[in-house]
Amino acid sequence: MRALVLIFRREFAAYFATPLAAVFLAVFVGVSTGMTFFVSNFFDRSQADLSSFFTWQPWLLLVLMPAVGMRLWAEERRLGTIELLMTLPVQPWKIVLSKWLAAFAFAGLALVFTMPLWITVNWLGSPDNGVILASYLGAWLMAGAFLAIASCISALTKNQVLAFIGAVIAGFIFVMAGFDLVLSAVRPWAPDVIVQVIASMSFIGHFQRITDGVFEASALVFFISLIGFALWLNVQILDARKAA
Amino acid sequence: MAVGQALVETRALIKSFGPVRAVDGISFTVGRGEVVGFLGPNGAGKSTTMKMIAGFLEPTSGSAYVAGFDSQRDPIAARNHLGYLPEGAPAYPDMTVADFLAFVAGMRGLSPAQGQRRLAELVESIDLADVWNRRIEALSKGYKRRVGIAQALVHDPDVLVLDEPTDGLDPNQKHEMRALIRTLAPTKAIIVSTHILEEVEAICTRAIVIARGKMLADGTPADLLAHAPHRDETMQQLVKTTPLEDAFRHITLDQAGV
Repeated sequence: MRALVLIFRREFAAYFATPLAAVFLAVFVGVSTGMTFFVSNFFDRSQADLSSFFTWQPWLLLVLMPAVGMRLWAEERRLGTIELLMTLPVQPWKIVLSKWLAAFAFAGLALVFTMPLWITVNWLGSPDNGVILASYLGAWLMAGAFLAIASCISALTKNQVLAFIGAVIAGFIFVMAGFDLVLSAVRPWAPDVIVQVIASMSFIGHFQRITDGVFEASALVFFISLIGFALWLNVQILDARKAA
Repeated sequence: MAVGQALVETRALIKSFGPVRAVDGISFTVGRGEVVGFLGPNGAGKSTTMKMIAGFLEPTSGSAYVAGFDSQRDPIAARNHLGYLPEGAPAYPDMTVADFLAFVAGMRGLSPAQGQRRLAELVESIDLADVWNRRIEALSKGYKRRVGIAQALVHDPDVLVLDEPTDGLDPNQKHEMRALIRTLAPTKAIIVSTHILEEVEAICTRAIVIARGKMLADGTPADLLAHAPHRDETMQQLVKTTPLEDAFRHITLDQAGV
């Protein structure tokens, strides 16, 4: 337990060791609110809700979460500190988990910084705050899933740019999974079950159900099990590299 | 302990990277009080062997034991007895020396109070007071190396595996590092890799010569000297060499079949 806390603290602090954290938070808040007001025309809709904010989250997180997660393992490998870290008397899964938790907490912080929007809609009208809270939690979990994928891919390389690109591509597949563009490519040859499975992997599908106000357990289970699987895979990758 | 007095033991250690055999059947034991020098040309398999002892790499076959615990099958127990300085003395550049060593102490299971006490000792013996609150990225190579040594000593381990601890140090720093290793020697089993021959004479009780993944010689520095070819004193040497250098060249070039 102590090792988890120590690694979490170190990793979380590492984000703030450079101005990168501030830049990232500014970009995230700036683009999120910019999209809400200028692209989705928040005011013209005359609706006191945050759906024009949350619509953009899957796309924004798709690009920004790999930027947060790309360093998790690639940087350790480049610096050689992975050799230090992995020869400490701690089980690898604990290291994987606490590194991810640090990135997850950082993503949570970025979302917290967008909360003035929430205050604004409450000031302008009376939104369904339950739905907004659920949507925030959903966005955070989706960010966690993007981060787990990024962490996993980061363990494959010492090049952070490669890790970033790989994580964006992998995330993009999950985001697009529910779209007809992907499904119509699969439908002609694959059995219905496969099509259903692919469609059920859609980040946007699960996230939309949450923002529509149906906070289903299935969306929760989906994101949490995806995170669990990606982190498990992360441990396996580290183990395989040891034997390579 | 599983293997008598040996604190480090390797049995027929082999590591292949694809078609290349980086380490090819290395077996030896190191007991308490010994300082073993791993000697060999660059790319001989010294670092790879050390990585397998530390459990960072998994051997293709064979096994490595630290204090009787298998580095692969019983990694946590093995690592508790091991202090390891990886090649290049890596450390987190964004941390201060104090934070970094406190982090390692915590990860090594020392309580905050124990950690503070232990770090206070290490500041003294490794002379880190001047840079204590400085970020590691701002340190000179010499200080960075010392931080690496301090990190390996935090939990006062029985076994020290130090990959090129004096690489990149100036002559004074080299001297200090060797003095430190000698003071640690009586209570520990120490393995030091180097390609600097004078180092073997200066600190090692035993030298193991490795080239192309194979062990070519294992003995005291004096034993090694016996390998030196008979010198023709009348011959004009273009490059002055020491007897130890002659022995090294003889072993690594001749026996490897060059």
